[in-house]
Amino acid sequence: MSADGARASITVTARYFAAFRERAGRDAESFTTEARTAAELYAELARRHGFADAMTRCKVAVNDELAAWDVRLAAGDEVLFFPPVAGG
Amino acid sequence: MSFKISSNVIELEALKRTLVADASGACVTFEGWVRDHNEGEAVHALEYESHAAIAVSEGEKILAEARERFAIDAARCEHRVGKLAIGDCAVWVGVSAAHRGAAFDACRYIIDETKQRVPIWKKEHYRDGQSGWVNCATRADAPAAAPR
Repeated sequence: MSADGARASITVTARYFAAFRERAGRDAESFTTEARTAAELYAELARRHGFADAMTRCKVAVNDELAAWDVRLAAGDEVLFFPPVAGG
Repeated sequence: MSFKISSNVIELEALKRTLVADASGACVTFEGWVRDHNEGEAVHALEYESHAAIAVSEGEKILAEARERFAIDAARCEHRVGKLAIGDCAVWVGVSAAHRGAAFDACRYIIDETKQRVPIWKKEHYRDGQSGWVNCATRADAPAAAPR
């Protein structure tokens, strides 16, 4: 990122589960984004696909490890979006 | 491995036997069954999906927390994935301990935390042919939402 705050674009892969997968109509997709954190990426994808769940009720994993929503994304990351869980 | 995601029938008696120890005087087990209704809808089948690797790692954390918080001897949990019918056992938790209080408390802790934290999703298939993901506001057939 440059000193004037302009955003750098990175390419990441998003993977969707359960309701998110059905809504997006795909398991995964790769694209270029200016999102810097998982939270920013979720906001972008919620607009793109119509995900209606509040982020605080969902979970995110980066490269197969659960992560905090403010985790910084790096080029090539695989970001897994989990809708609200419902085991039991 | 004490926390398991399985696409096969849960072997209740075999799992319970793994908890037996000479020091244990109590065994508490919980079985979650598929019921035929939820929130006023008639349900005829359930489908569970999970991210198995993360589910097991989070599930093992929950079991470790239970062993730390409660005076128990052993704890296990197994959760089904795939399509289940009414009456099937979807999740099983078992705890052994010297005394019943710790066994009850730990069993309750494990099932409650599992439901809240482990990446498992439940799709209900209703008698009227519709289906829906439990707890989710996102619907495949809903008009495009525009959360801003």
